[in-house]
Amino acid sequence: MSTAIELRNVEKSFGLTAVIRDVNLKVAAGERHAIIGPNGAGKSTLFNLISGYMKPTTGSILLRDQVVSGLAPYEINRRGLSRSFQVTNVFANMTVWENLRCAVLWATGHRYAFWKSVENLPEVRERTARILQDISLTARRDIPAGLLTYAEQRALEIGITIAGGADVILLDEPTAGMSHAETERSVALIRRLTEGRTLLIVEHDMSVVFGLADRISVLVYGKIIASGTPEQIRNDPKVKEAYLGEEAA
Amino acid sequence: MTDITATVAPPRPTAASQLKFYGLWIAAAVALLLLPKIFSSGGSLTTFSLIGISIIFALSYNILLGQTGMLSFGHAVYYGLGGFLAVHAINIIGANKWPIPLPLVPLIGGATGLIFAMLLGWVSTQRSGTAFAMISLGVAELVASSALILRTFFGGEGGVSADRTKLLKVFGWNFGPQIQIYYLVAIWTLLCMVAMYALTRTPLGRMCNAVRDNPERVQFVGYDPHVVRYIAFCFSGFFAGIAGALSAINFEIANSAYLGAVQSGTVLFAAYIGGIAFFIGPIVGAIFVTFLSLALSDVTPVWQLYFGLFFIAVVMFAPFGITGLLMMHRPLVRRGTLGKVLPWYAIALVPTLALVTGLMLAIESIVHYTTNPSDDPNIRSFGISFNAASPITWAISLALIVIGFVVARYTWAWVGQAWDEATAQPKETAA
Repeated sequence: MSTAIELRNVEKSFGLTAVIRDVNLKVAAGERHAIIGPNGAGKSTLFNLISGYMKPTTGSILLRDQVVSGLAPYEINRRGLSRSFQVTNVFANMTVWENLRCAVLWATGHRYAFWKSVENLPEVRERTARILQDISLTARRDIPAGLLTYAEQRALEIGITIAGGADVILLDEPTAGMSHAETERSVALIRRLTEGRTLLIVEHDMSVVFGLADRISVLVYGKIIASGTPEQIRNDPKVKEAYLGEEAA
Repeated sequence: MTDITATVAPPRPTAASQLKFYGLWIAAAVALLLLPKIFSSGGSLTTFSLIGISIIFALSYNILLGQTGMLSFGHAVYYGLGGFLAVHAINIIGANKWPIPLPLVPLIGGATGLIFAMLLGWVSTQRSGTAFAMISLGVAELVASSALILRTFFGGEGGVSADRTKLLKVFGWNFGPQIQIYYLVAIWTLLCMVAMYALTRTPLGRMCNAVRDNPERVQFVGYDPHVVRYIAFCFSGFFAGIAGALSAINFEIANSAYLGAVQSGTVLFAAYIGGIAFFIGPIVGAIFVTFLSLALSDVTPVWQLYFGLFFIAVVMFAPFGITGLLMMHRPLVRRGTLGKVLPWYAIALVPTLALVTGLMLAIESIVHYTTNPSDDPNIRSFGISFNAASPITWAISLALIVIGFVVARYTWAWVGQAWDEATAQPKETAA
């Protein structure tokens, strides 16, 4: 199986503080890979590095065997990697429909076009409509995104992330702050929408992680201390000590 | 069309709503055509021409501020350079007898605005927010001061003048009379309004809104926010250049005031007072501000002071501008509860007017004493005669301000209550 994402000796320091230390990670194409770890372990920083939001201090990041570290976020996005944010990050003054449409425009090749009406693009309409239905926000189509409920905004966040058709998806704590029922719905949504794509997910909720992931990596103080199937991770003594033990206590 | 777009996507505009949409534009065209028939005096034709120019300029400014979220303090640069190039173009075309008629000269202004926006915009659009605002201010100062240094091109303090009638005639029009200039401005205003409205409906226009709302996220849906801002900036410069050229044609002169901070400030005022969140906002603002400045400058020497106070009032109490205030009332009109609020407006208006009158008396008295204290103290402003030297006037002024302020606070609170009732009603009936 080919590799979707690969990190080689990646390090990231802010001043003297090393946040990511010598991380090596391989995520196979089509795999659902979760990253877990205590607060402050560097999970979000890792996402920021992979998605181009930050540049690694040393080491390289490869997307489908091509080096992408050092590229701008939009260049990485155009190569088929899309991410969501831990804190909801939508276009607050625009309607749900417009939010999703913005995420579809580049992928459908319309780029910076100023000579055609955005309303008259059938493939954009169809793709936006499909995503809107997928995230079950059809009834909220014309509401400004800023006025949605928290769970709806999280759904929209995922919708924007997948709308461009990227086949590598990074989700940063998609169920954070959700009720149990909302979490279950979200997991079902994520499972359905990432079918056949590569998923890298940061998550605190262990039931989500063990229910969704094919493989899990454990990040503690900027280092990956274990990587494996959910079963291997569950039984790994180092993980128990460093992470699950803390949780249980 | 597949099933999913039919059921999930927003419905296509109906024939009726499309008719309404195009009807609105046709109505605007007809209104522009008939306006001089109703108000035919030279003065009103000049006013209309100024309003048309101001509309184009304010709309071009709103491509930056309202659409893309870039606060510029130096938009007059592109307006002014468009004006100067237009004046030079008229002179060169006239001297060489080239077959280019006057109605095409605004395109030269537009091209100038576009080229300078392309040159100056690449660096400044890398960031929005404070960095962009500061760079725009710096560039504006640079260009404005070079207007006084490079005399051969900018003509120094006197500016550069031109004779617009020396160009090729169009259907027997030489564009000497103001009515012909009015129609020239009107056509360009309509064209620019249509073009700038259409721009908001393109993929670029929508991504401008996205960049305004959240430039960070735009990067993760494949777009470079810098490029989006840059293209928006270029369009904005283009239309500002057209406005500047029309202004130069209208006055037959371009001078350093075209490029100055006052011009940059006025367009910001017009767009903001009208309402930057709406396409029509800057149009409303341009009309309002042009009228206000013409009317105020007739009655008081310190009209800019009133203008500034009014701007502060809008920023504090109506951040969405005049258009925002009107739009707020749409749901009430739809529910038929507007009648609940209107009487309270009438009540609140009384102390508010008292407050404004008190302020006006105070300002005019102070102005009288600071500018010409030895003159006759019996002055007249805003149609009210009063004695600026009399303690009675001062007492009345103070009383009006204090009492007006206190009572106005209560009455506006009542307006707020009436507003809540008017908006809450449907829920009660539903329950």
